[in-house]
Amino acid sequence: MDRRVEIDITVPNQTKYLGMVGRIGESMAHSLKSYQGNRRELAYHLNLVLTEALANAIRHANAGDPDKDVRILITASDQDLIIDVFDQGQGFDIEAVAKVRTRLKDEGGRGIQLIYKLMDKVEYLREGNSNILRMTKYLR
Amino acid sequence: MQLNITEQEDIVQISIDEERMDAHNSGDLKEQMLQLFDEGKCNLIIDLGKVRFIDSSGLGALVSGFKNASAREGSLKLCCLQPQVRSMFELTRLHRVFEIFNNTDEALKSFQA
Repeated sequence: MDRRVEIDITVPNQTKYLGMVGRIGESMAHSLKSYQGNRRELAYHLNLVLTEALANAIRHANAGDPDKDVRILITASDQDLIIDVFDQGQGFDIEAVAKVRTRLKDEGGRGIQLIYKLMDKVEYLREGNSNILRMTKYLR
Repeated sequence: MQLNITEQEDIVQISIDEERMDAHNSGDLKEQMLQLFDEGKCNLIIDLGKVRFIDSSGLGALVSGFKNASAREGSLKLCCLQPQVRSMFELTRLHRVFEIFNNTDEALKSFQA
């Protein structure tokens, strides 16, 4: 039977919550029974994409406003793991950001590109008053 | 960010006393390094032995330090990377930028060579 696990959390728009949210991703990786790949690697990657996506929402989408919130919804099934990060900002062209050619010694610009490298599908959607950065990892 | 800073002749060793280097704390390292550069100290060893997790901001802070040290004719070298952290350098190809050593002794010796 396909058992779904859903974790829905909302944290203030502050970078001090990055570690907490990242560790939830790590724990999820260790609890995915159907995953046959390298679990430690998956744990690091989920920690990383959550950290990058949340930092992006905090700094850019919510413009560093500490009174705003960021909602993170993680849904895992036997087939895939979907991470949705909601922001209340103006939105941005994620594909354009991903396509920017960064040079090896550039200080920034790696966050979104790492998300594209490590996840199987990346989308940026508009739903009501929120934008959603949806990152999918296929588990089979 | 908790940092332990020791100096040996003209080499400054910064040990990152944190499990995570991310967008929350990497700015502290960047600032500390800028302060050292202002004092004319531009040969640095960053000991990442305790760091279990690094994100793009952490990598960016190290690249910033690397470029500032090089611009002042010094160098920034890394040591003691945990396997997961090393894999991040490989993923971003930054292992081609930094000199990376297994331990602090090797890093120190490389400055004498």
